This record gives sequence, C-alpha cells and structure tokens, in this order.
Amino acid sequence: MEMLVTALICLPFLWAILPAVIHNSKCRAFFVYLGCGIVIVLSVFTAVQWYLAGGQTLNFDLPHREAFDGVILFGDLFLMCLITYLSFKYKKGVISLLAIVQTLLVAGLEFFGPELEELPALRFDWLTLVMILIIGVVGSLIGIYAVGYMHGYHIHHHKELTDRRSFFLAMIFVFFGAMFGLVFSQSLIWMYFFWEITSVTSFLLIGYTRSEEAINNSFKALWMNLLGGCGIAAAIAVGILAFNTVNLYDIINLAIEHGTSGHTLIFLLPIACLAFAALTKSAQFPFSGWLLGAMVAPTPSSALLHSATMVKAGVYLLIRISAAMADNYVGNMVALIGGFTFLAASCLAISVSDGKKVLAYSTISNLGLIVACTGCGYEETIWAAVFLVIFHAVSKSMLFQCVGAIENTTGSRDVEDMQGLMAIFPKLAIILMIGIAGMFLAPFGMLISKWAALKAFIDTSSVYVSSLMVLFICFGSATTMFYWTKWMSKILGASPREKSRDLTKKNEYISMFFHAIMMVALILGFPWLSEHILKPLSEDMFGVVKQVISYQNIIIMIVLLVGVFVIPCINYLMTKGSKAKQVITYMGGANVGDNFNFVSATGDPKEMHIANFYMEDIMGEKKLFTPAIMISTFIIIVYMIIVVGGAF
Amino acid sequence: MTIQTRVIFAICYLILCPFIIGLLDGFDRKISARMQGRRGPSVLQPFFDLKKLFEKEFLTANKAQLFMIRSYLCFIVLSGILFFAGFDILLVVFSLSTAAMFLILASTSTHSPYSAQGTHRELVQIMSCEPMELLVAVGFYLAAETFNISDIVAGASSPYIMYLPGFFVGFVFILTIKFRKSPFDIATSHHAHQEVIKGVTSEMVGKEYAMVTLAEWYENGILLGIVGLFFLTSNILSVIGAVAAILVVWFLEILIDNTSARVKWQLMLKLAWGVTIIAAGMNLFLLEIIRG
Repeated sequence: MEMLVTALICLPFLWAILPAVIHNSKCRAFFVYLGCGIVIVLSVFTAVQWYLAGGQTLNFDLPHREAFDGVILFGDLFLMCLITYLSFKYKKGVISLLAIVQTLLVAGLEFFGPELEELPALRFDWLTLVMILIIGVVGSLIGIYAVGYMHGYHIHHHKELTDRRSFFLAMIFVFFGAMFGLVFSQSLIWMYFFWEITSVTSFLLIGYTRSEEAINNSFKALWMNLLGGCGIAAAIAVGILAFNTVNLYDIINLAIEHGTSGHTLIFLLPIACLAFAALTKSAQFPFSGWLLGAMVAPTPSSALLHSATMVKAGVYLLIRISAAMADNYVGNMVALIGGFTFLAASCLAISVSDGKKVLAYSTISNLGLIVACTGCGYEETIWAAVFLVIFHAVSKSMLFQCVGAIENTTGSRDVEDMQGLMAIFPKLAIILMIGIAGMFLAPFGMLISKWAALKAFIDTSSVYVSSLMVLFICFGSATTMFYWTKWMSKILGASPREKSRDLTKKNEYISMFFHAIMMVALILGFPWLSEHILKPLSEDMFGVVKQVISYQNIIIMIVLLVGVFVIPCINYLMTKGSKAKQVITYMGGANVGDNFNFVSATGDPKEMHIANFYMEDIMGEKKLFTPAIMISTFIIIVYMIIVVGGAF
Repeated sequence: MTIQTRVIFAICYLILCPFIIGLLDGFDRKISARMQGRRGPSVLQPFFDLKKLFEKEFLTANKAQLFMIRSYLCFIVLSGILFFAGFDILLVVFSLSTAAMFLILASTSTHSPYSAQGTHRELVQIMSCEPMELLVAVGFYLAAETFNISDIVAGASSPYIMYLPGFFVGFVFILTIKFRKSPFDIATSHHAHQEVIKGVTSEMVGKEYAMVTLAEWYENGILLGIVGLFFLTSNILSVIGAVAAILVVWFLEILIDNTSARVKWQLMLKLAWGVTIIAAGMNLFLLEIIRG
C-alpha cells in the first residue's frame, strides 16, 4: 500500500515534466492521455485494494521519510521565492508579504521550535478513499478533455494568445499530485505544503492568458488563498507551541475531548484557524471573489478548480475537522457562513446570464450547503456533505465541460443564446440537461442531501443557528430552483438558428459521456454507496452506526428516481404516435408564418426575442454582492474574536 | 399504518380527489358569481368543461409538450399518493416542486411570447411559495419529531395548530398564490380578459389543457390536505374539525379572490417572503426555544 500511495503522490508530479518538455502537439497529447489513464487506473486500483483489504485505517510513512521532509521544506521556501518574484514582477509586492510571513513561521518553528515526536505523516481512511476516487477519476477526465479543448482554443478561437499549452497541461498534473498529497497527509506540515502548491498552481492557471484581467484575477486568487494558508500556518504554530504536535488527528481529538467544556477555547483555536483556511479555499463569502475571477481561465481549468480539486480541498478539510466543530463557536461560524453563502450565491446566480458565471455562483452556493453541513458536525450532515461532494464533483465537471464545448461550437456561453439548443445540438443539450438535473432535481444527490441536512439543522442545539440555518436552506432551495429551471427552460424548444457543424472534439465527448454515465451510476448506486462507503465513514468519525435515512424513505427516493427517468420516457413513447395538428404559436395574430417573427408596428417582419427573468433590481450583483461580503466578514470577525480572545 | 390502509387511502385519493375538488371548483364559481351579482354556472360546470376539453381536436405548436404535461400530471398524482398514504412530508414537497418543473418545461418548449411570459411569472410564483412549503414540513417535524405523515397524525394529542399558528398563517397566505387566485393570479388566472392571455397555459389546447386542469385539481387536493393536517389529531372525530377548517380556508380564498386586484410580481415576491419570514420564522424560533 505504501508503494501505491507513493506512486499516486509522486507520479503526477514527475509526469508533469513530460508535457512541459514535449512541444510536438500529437506526441504531447499521447503522453497526457497516457498519464491521465495511469492516474485513473492507479487511483481506482489503490481504492479497490484498500477496500478489499477490509477498509482499515492505515497510518504510514512514505519510504525515505527524511528525504521527503527535506523536499517539503525546500519546496515551501521555493514556493515563497516564486510568489515573491512573481508578485514583484507584476508590481503587487504586498502579496509576497503573506507568503513570506507564513513560510518563515512554519520553517522557523520546524528549525528552532521544540523537538516533536515523530509520527506517521500519512493516513488512509474512508474519506481519503472517496477523495482519491474523485480526484483520480473526475480530475483525469478533465485532463483528457483539456487536450482537445485547448487545441480548439488556440487553433480556432484565440489565435492572438501565446500558445502555452505545455505549461497548462503540466500544471494539471501538478494539481493532481498536490491534491493526492493533501488528502493523504495527517502531518499539518505536509498538508500545508500541498495546500500551498494548490494555491500557487491555481494562481498560475488562472493567469494563463496573461491578459490584464487574467493577471488581476489570478493575484486576487493568490492573496485570498495565501490568507487561508496563513490559517494553516497559525494552526501549525499553535499546535507546536501549545500541544507539541503537528498531527491533524491529535489536534482534532484534543478539541473533541476538551471542546465542550467551555472554558478551554485554546483547544478550539487550531480548529478555528484550519476552518478559516478551508473557508477561503472553498470560496465561501467573503472570499468568493477569487472563484468568480477564475472564470477568465480556459474552461478545463475552471472545471478542475470547481469540481475535482481546489474547492474540494477546502471542504475536505472541513469534513475532516467537522467532528471537532459540533455545537461550538467554530461550528456555528462555519455553519452560518455556509448557510449564508448558500442563500446569497443562489440569489446572485439568478441575476447573471453568462453560463460560466451561473455555474460559478452555483458552485459557491452548493459548497455553502456542504460547508454548512460540516459546521453542524452531526452524522447526518456529514453523510449529506460527502454525498454532496461526490455529486457536485461529477455534475459540475460535466457542466463546465459542456458549457465549454457549447462556447467553442456556437461562439457564445450566454444562457440567452442557448435557446433551443436541443433542436440544433441534441447531444450537448442532453448532457447539459443531465448535469443540471444532477445539481438540483429530485431525486438526485442534492435532494437526498438536502433532506438529511434540513433534518440535522432542525436538531442543532443552538437555537439561533438552528432557526437561521433552516431559513437559509428553505429560501436557498427556492432561489436555486429558480435559476436552474430558468436555464433548463431555455434549452428545450425551437431554435431560431440553423443547424451547424458540431466542433466538439471526440475526446471531449468521451469525457462528457463518461461523466453522464457516472452520474447515472451514482444515482442508481446511492443506497449501496450509503451502506458500504458512507456508513463506515461516519462510523470511523463518530464511532456510531446509525441509519441516517430510513428504509422507507430510500424506497420512496428510488420510486422518485425511477419516476424522473421512467415517467417522461413512458409518456414520450405513448404520445409519440398521437395525431396532432401542427399550429403556430399565438402572437395576437401578428405571426409571420413561423414562431420566430412577428409583424411589427411599421408593418415589417421583425424577429422576436424572448428573454428570461434576471431580477437585476432585486437580486443584482450590484445590489447584493457588497452587503453579502460585509455580512459574512462580520460573522467571521466576531466568531474569530470570540475564539481567539477566549483562548488567551 | 398498515400497507392495506395506505393503499386504500391512496386509491381514495386517486378516485375521489378530482370529484371533490372539481365540485369545490363548481361551488367556487357559483359563489364568486353571487358575490359579483351574477347567477353563475351550474356547480357541475367544471366537469362539463373538462369533458369538452378532452374531446377537442389536438392542436399544438410543439408535440413534445404533450408528454411533459402528462409527466406533470403523473408527478402531481405521485406526490398526492405519497401524501395521502402517509409517507414523508418533506419528500412530498420535493416531489411537488419536481412536478412543477415539468409544467415549466412544457410551456416554454413552444417559444411563444405569451407562454414564456407566463412561465417566468410561474417561476416567480414557485419561488415565492417554496420556502413556506418547506417550512411547513419543518414545522410539523418540530411539533411531532418526525416527517412521516402517518406518525404525525398518530402522535397528535391536540391539533398542531396550537403549536404552529404562524406556520398556518404563512401557509394560508401562499395558498392564494398556489390556487392562482387574485391578487396573485400572475402566471395564469381563472378570469377571462387577461392581458397575458392565459400565461403559462397559453399554448395548451384541448386535452393538454384538460390535463393541466386535472393536475391542478390533484395538487389542490394535496394543499387542502396539508391545511387539514394542522387540525387532525389521533382522535377520528377530529376529521370533522379538519374538514370544517378546510372549508373555511377555501371560502376565505374565494373572498380574497373577489375583493382584491392583481398586484405585480415584485410585490408578490416581497409579500410572500415577508409573511413567510415573519409568521413562520417567528413561530420556528419560538418552537426551537421551547424545545431547548
């Protein structure tokens, strides 16, 4: 097992060199496919091996631990220098301060701090299993998609940009390696290192095009994530100085043991720091700006940041520490921020029409729900959170790829321009429909999770948090429904456009179809998943076995599930043969013979435009974004003051 | 609750619901007419209308519409069965909103200006109502410690209205929107002479429109059932009280319908959410405090 894990972490880093040095496009593509294939096989193989071996939690080290410790220390310093260099190069020197402070803090403590007991650096348990499958499978599929997409991106659409595909593809592999390392680490120092790599890599990916907007947005992402890195650095410092440990699980257990006894807030301090770091990474308000800005990058990197990596690192950490957040200040902070983000981001999603932006807001909103679940810290919510993570990873990756393909084919990613997509590009439209359905419809993952989350929030002990969370979820569900249905309703129906050639590459379709199949498999397999993966997971964390969702409800959900697929299909087949007289739509008698043009006041035919509701005066970005930032900043500051102040 | 009783309840719902709600609709028209100083049609008129609609020639702008409307009807009926057979109330709400989505897709698939207008207004209506519907489920959970409807009824020693007055007020408020009554008959209306034709149903003719009407009857059955749930106890005689309450609420809706003028959707959204937060939110908060 050690060998497999070593390979899983190190191979992507080493493989990244290949696309970086090979500049022949065909040859490079081959190696990227091969690399992605190896990562998929390796991650699935490792997961299956571990599962078949009985699913025991393993604590272990990589072979040559000392060498790796050295590499990590060197790596930390290298990243610091890189950030400093780049931020001075682009005249944003202040940002380097964040990097310098935290890196020197960690490195200094390692050199001059008290001698620590040597504990295994890595750990493999049920949550790790779920995460490596998400990273390995969904991430690699994005890698496969990226090859075709980037080809079209440079050859057909953005001839003016410098072709840095080698760099781009290399970064994707670095991302995999860092994510694998992150989910295996139990030493905070190791975790910090991988955490920093993901921050820097995402910064580099966002700045890919080197346009002014891209550079600004990438630095925004950098400073926000570095701020989060400071949180981990602070947690390490507190861990070393106060408890003489940098082991994540020791810190969690200490917090669980002492967390409830009120006067010992010092034990909650590292948890609060880690939670803060995770909130920045998972793009919760007030740190949502970086994920919205990440849109400027080519689609595969958005897909990567939104689904399999980056933001999932944040929620992964929150799920890890959630047991230590049950019913205390940190948990309340995280739950409130999550719930608030769920509502605010879904309101904001109503007012935008750029497809990628809708997806970005929906990611933030959905992560808000996950974060809220972890902040609650009960078995039910963790169950819900892990389900949401899985479903969100698959459906969001699929949606981003699909919107990217639509943009490449039709030249626009605006939702308004997708009128009647079903009529012109049925394959893309169906993928889009499945993705959207996976995000919010009954009985897909979101519904199951929402059911469990709502139940758990009602039972949360703090009256204020409980009432607020219930309201957040109820209103957030309504707004979520609104923006997704609105989008769905655009896709069906007639299109004013002519059919044209579908420019989507074959490998893009392979990746998207694979996602669609995974989506369906996940839905069908959800009782199995709940029983065999999530149950042991919560047993691991909480030491109890509890049926989160009753047998009866599972049956109802399966009925609903069958319903969503089967009822429309049966009805479709039954009505297919029915005789209908085709008529044109009602336009008050002003039709010009089809459904798209009408006779205008001047007597000339005029094309009719039908637009969705965007409610800019109620839900607009201008109106809501700044207040949302202020409210969430206020919540974080107040709770951090309580925890930090109480600790000393 | 045994399987047999569940099946009996489900079948009763399936068969009786259209008759009862259709009849109520007939009385609605009669009473409305009397309020406006007219004679009004026979109370059986809704059934004649439905029959006539089913017999009409099938005209359509997009044939795909029919299967989505049928799916809409099927999902509403499925939700109703889940409700009356005493399953999970939260899942009933989720299933209802899934059903609503099919109606939206059906009406929008025609690319017609009037139905698109109605569709978006319908979406705003759904958004206005959904928080309150979910909160009703939450309220029952707080009062009865379960989402399961049969357990909710079985565990009631006194009517839930005692614990959930705020939820009840909020729910009755959104019922006006759900029943498509004035002042919130924004997406479609039960009166002729509308500036947006028939909103979300503009492009639905003949049997399509008949199915939508039928689906609405089934849905209204569920909504009135939820009203009844506030008054039911484990005592069988409480059914009388529940039926009386349903009739009172029903009459109230007619009264509101006939005494108010339509508002804009912005105001509807604000009012519905405002009432939800104030009435249901306060009730929720107090219940949480009592529970500790």
